[in-house]
Amino acid sequence: MSASHTSNKKSLAVAALRNGTVIDHIPESTLFKAVRILGIENLQTAVTIGNNLESSKLGKKGIIKVSDVEFDENTLNRIAIVAPKAKINIIRDYEVTEKREVVLPDRILGIVKCPNPKCITNNEPVQTKFDVIDREHVILRCHYCGRALTSQDAVIE
Amino acid sequence: MGNNSLVSIADINKAEILEILEAAAYFEAHPNHKLLDGKVVATLFFEPSTRTRLSFETAVNRLGGRVIGFSDAGTTSTSKGETLKDTIKMVSNYVDLIIMRHFIEGAARYATEVTDIPVINAGDGANQHPSQTLLDLYSIYKTQGTLNDLNITLVGDLKYGRTVHSLIMAMQYFNPTFRFVACEELKMPEEYKQFCRDKGITFTEETNFSKDVIDSSDIIYMTRVQRERFTDLMEYERVKDRYSLHNSMLDTSKPNLKILHPLPRVNEIAQDVDDNPKAYYFQQARNGLYARQAIICRALGIDLSTINRSSDC
Ligand SMILES: [Zn+2]
Repeated sequence: MSASHTSNKKSLAVAALRNGTVIDHIPESTLFKAVRILGIENLQTAVTIGNNLESSKLGKKGIIKVSDVEFDENTLNRIAIVAPKAKINIIRDYEVTEKREVVLPDRILGIVKCPNPKCITNNEPVQTKFDVIDREHVILRCHYCGRALTSQDAVIE
Repeated sequence: MGNNSLVSIADINKAEILEILEAAAYFEAHPNHKLLDGKVVATLFFEPSTRTRLSFETAVNRLGGRVIGFSDAGTTSTSKGETLKDTIKMVSNYVDLIIMRHFIEGAARYATEVTDIPVINAGDGANQHPSQTLLDLYSIYKTQGTLNDLNITLVGDLKYGRTVHSLIMAMQYFNPTFRFVACEELKMPEEYKQFCRDKGITFTEETNFSKDVIDSSDIIYMTRVQRERFTDLMEYERVKDRYSLHNSMLDTSKPNLKILHPLPRVNEIAQDVDDNPKAYYFQQARNGLYARQAIICRALGIDLSTINRSSDC
């Protein structure tokens, strides 16, 4: 753990965060979905969003830095819907105090909208419910109408 | 789902499927067993389907139960903007079982979440129609004497046809070999082919409804090729007759072959097939009554194994 501190501090120095959360390794195509999942539009604290940054793993990547906010685990895990390889860094007093991977939940309640216009969730006030049927490719299936969708196609409510 | 609702064929396992088929056989021999004395069943047809509704209502009546309900949402409070939830909650005050059909996909699953009364899905849009699948299975079982190791050929609209998709799901326990016969535009979706691969089910895909395919089939399941499914109407004109069955095509078919079709048919099965003893689609529809009697009893918590045992004597 401590061995990686120096390098992390270095890479995060661009917009050095005193306290808060950094979500790294978000695919560039789903960055703004991740922004919606975190509900960043409604935050009052400083937020830095970077996209199309060079990444050895993803080619291009997106990154989100949020000051003074630590998200709860459920919220962070929802990021896995659109960014299964995202890395979470919790920053306290300029130090990375915690590094976490996101874990895709088996079932996703709300957040994702069913793409089927004839689905009950688009016709009655029903919370959406998706089962993850393929963890590797992140394929979800609507619990109600059975429609399968990939994370690329997921519309965030 | 804490009760015996039936929303999708995937809700029941192999043992339950076999139990339902055995009970269907019992009801075929004893159609008027009054197991539903004093029970009231609602048939809520938010989308009209006379065929399915009559079959379910006959099943309830033959079992000695009573039916309330509606056959068209235009005549109900839904047309005044009442939510499905409110309609289901209201009806739940009166009945022991709800049988519902809806044009909205997922409506029956949602209904099970807002009521403790068991729900049978009689079709929800393009999604699920499990009683159709069970009557198909019963028809196969009855005509072949087994569900195991059969060559089953599915023909026509394999892309949108929910009956063929559900049949594949249900046959997973019985080591079938499938032939998927369809034009490029209506071929079997990748999702179901992957399902077959995952379950070790052998299948081939054909664009020709050839003699070889017909002559090696135990079951040919025909479906309707609908014009409105095509983005290219020229393509429809090209293929519409390619997946039609005529009596002459059955000359060298296997003696045990049976032709199934969920009905209504248009021209995918020629009238001259009707008199061939291998044509089974009208009996298939009648089997729906017995399968639905079994499904209704199961939903009401009536132990099918007791019924099945009583059929031995
Ligand atoms: Zn849906």
